[in-house]
Amino acid sequence: MAIDWKTYDSRATWDELIGPGGRPRAAARRLCAYLKSLSDEELRERKDAAILAILVMGITFTVYDEEGGSIDRAWPFDIIPRIISAKEWQRTREGLVQRVTALNLFIGDLYGRQQIVRDGVFPAEMLHESKNFRPQCVGIKPPQGTWAHICGSDLVRDASGTLFVLEDNLRVPSGVSYMLENRQVMKRTFPELFHEQAILPVDDYPAQLFDMLSALSPRDGEEPVVVVMTPGIYNSAYFEHSYLAQQMGCQLAEGRDMIVGDDDCVYMRTIAGLERVDVIYRRIDDLFLDPEAFDPDSTLGVRGLMRAWRKGNVALANAPGAGVADDKVVYSFVPDIIRYYLDQDPIIENVPTFRLTDPVEREHVLANLHELVVKPANESGGYGMLIGPHSTKKQREEFAQLITKNPRNYIAQPTLALSTTPTLVESGDCEPRHIDLRPFVLSGPDPYVTMGGLTRVALKAGSLVVNSSQGGGSKDTWIVDTEAG
Amino acid sequence: MLSRVAESLYWMARYLERAEDLARLINVNSNLVLDLPHRFDFGWEPLIEITGDRERFDELYEELDERSVVRFLVADRRNTGSILSALDLARENLRTTRDIVPREAWEQLNDLYMTARQRTHSGVPKRGRYEFLNNLIRSCQQITGLLAGTMSRNEAYWFIKAGRYLERADMTTRIVDVRSEDLLAERSDDLTPFENIQWMSVLKSLTAYQMYRHHVRLRVRAPDVLRFLLQHELFPRAVVHCLGEVTASLQHLPNHGAPVHAVHVVQADVREVDVQMLWQDELHRFLDRLQVSIADLHGEINATWFAVEQEDEDGS
Repeated sequence: MAIDWKTYDSRATWDELIGPGGRPRAAARRLCAYLKSLSDEELRERKDAAILAILVMGITFTVYDEEGGSIDRAWPFDIIPRIISAKEWQRTREGLVQRVTALNLFIGDLYGRQQIVRDGVFPAEMLHESKNFRPQCVGIKPPQGTWAHICGSDLVRDASGTLFVLEDNLRVPSGVSYMLENRQVMKRTFPELFHEQAILPVDDYPAQLFDMLSALSPRDGEEPVVVVMTPGIYNSAYFEHSYLAQQMGCQLAEGRDMIVGDDDCVYMRTIAGLERVDVIYRRIDDLFLDPEAFDPDSTLGVRGLMRAWRKGNVALANAPGAGVADDKVVYSFVPDIIRYYLDQDPIIENVPTFRLTDPVEREHVLANLHELVVKPANESGGYGMLIGPHSTKKQREEFAQLITKNPRNYIAQPTLALSTTPTLVESGDCEPRHIDLRPFVLSGPDPYVTMGGLTRVALKAGSLVVNSSQGGGSKDTWIVDTEAG
Repeated sequence: MLSRVAESLYWMARYLERAEDLARLINVNSNLVLDLPHRFDFGWEPLIEITGDRERFDELYEELDERSVVRFLVADRRNTGSILSALDLARENLRTTRDIVPREAWEQLNDLYMTARQRTHSGVPKRGRYEFLNNLIRSCQQITGLLAGTMSRNEAYWFIKAGRYLERADMTTRIVDVRSEDLLAERSDDLTPFENIQWMSVLKSLTAYQMYRHHVRLRVRAPDVLRFLLQHELFPRAVVHCLGEVTASLQHLPNHGAPVHAVHVVQADVREVDVQMLWQDELHRFLDRLQVSIADLHGEINATWFAVEQEDEDGS
């Protein structure tokens, strides 16, 4: 028995590949026809081949375990790709660039004249209570005026098929290595499909990233020294740090590999002595960057790094303090921020968001907690959330108290019926599973958006949680150009 | 290349070589025990002395019997000098440098460690030991071959190679040392065949018997074997050859003056010694001195390439 799209039940919400009546959407037609032509046996063989490829390629995410050393858990992967048409993607790219451009202007403004606050568009008290605002960054003008050089925004689609931005990750967004590796796996597993149609390539990301980073170098004319800075092997994203360093041909440095000299320049310790570092792609949080400026107990950073950065002797990507715009309360202002700085309407919408500092909105939320999702303003990875429809009365009461006590710390959103896409499940059947999408935006002299991004999938039936630590997996994301044939 | 990374690669290679050579060392002793008549049961004590940590052994074990010694040297994680600990340390060093070496090397080393850990129980008793140790030696060689066959001859490669040959030079002196112990103190003519057998077994443990036969056409005699294992220029486990490879590797690296000079000094020392004069205590003393020189050599390498921070923190 092969896959029968007629019996695939996509009615619960918007499905990415299958439209009403089991008819594949235009961009997915070839894939669906091809999958249908495979027997169960063949499908299983492809799946096994993909799993083997993942093992052989060593694509892992690290879970550290004292007893057995580390466990590099194989990355859970589904072989049915998620497809977006090139036409829709074009528009989405524009929307992402628009958004990140405005966010960069916003961050620069907050550490500069704060015009947006003076003009009453962004309330002063929001700023004063922001956890990720870094006073250490006030008055600094980073190269090209860019703060968030690498941004990973999470996109979701609701039951109507509309795409929304769910959140912006402006600190150290991760996942891009899996996007790249997923494509490698798919090319090995379904080479014939890549021949037959125009699936736009994703592989140039490391080169784009390297060019963007190189352009930040404070020294003219020389070949810039770029390093990837990692907190070390125990970090869950170490695979990615190491992968990107390798792909870019950069050193993968830890804090202890670098020092700041008396000239306030950054040097790394090499076998030939000290070598000047021009650009640091840091995959470590602000607060651990420099024990002199932030947490004095941190051993992960480099003493004096902020001094070197402030003097313009080294570039940091993302710039310290960029996380101020990562705040979910700030998120609710992004449409206003786009209008304020760019005088344009947002191309991609926000998920409707209630601000709990507003008494009217707060009353509404408190009365409807059972239908809403409540999120803390400054957490990532899905921690500390209340999912109303799945919550108990006790949990709702707890959240009501938390909100009343500190409304600035929370936002609320309607529970979205995330879109689904066909996924091969444990039993070998093909069933709908909920997904999101994380594209990556590079803000260099020419902005760059990944071709698609990382599609994360909740492998459990009905689950809305796509995080890999909680039973999520991923898929390759195809931007298919149906007009190119 | 970052000093930390260079240091990790160098140690990864040293620990991997150490694991292999420890396996060879235990093999040679196991063979000796089988070959010699019972009245010459010299036991396992020398192995503890030769590999280092007598004090630690006494803390952990009551009896100095075969089982305890082999367990201590093969499987005991509490002994930082055991095979399992060496593999673990090799793996930890490679873990942080995975972006430098081919992926397959990491996978194989990881696999080797996991397999060794699961099977150590069969490596301790006599019956499964030979097979366990031989498989281990073969897997180590496989990784060495993989690195040789797939890595560019860049700085990373030279650090790996220098580490491997420095460790091998050191371990060859230790394996020879097993025989320097007072095994057959009162020599009489009826023991001559056994003497041959013992040296043959040293050669075999180093996979040196065939090569020895090519180079030395006489019967297996102590001075010839010593000359071969210490001074031969071409045999890849001979001390002089190993030191030559260390020099050749270091010469590709920046600022190699002092370390290369230090290797030359040790090499000259080994080349010039008159092996006819090395008998038992003399041999043991000579090997001891050689091990100290090799340790100093490491100190030189460390100061030149790995300890950049101390020098530069105050100055330049």
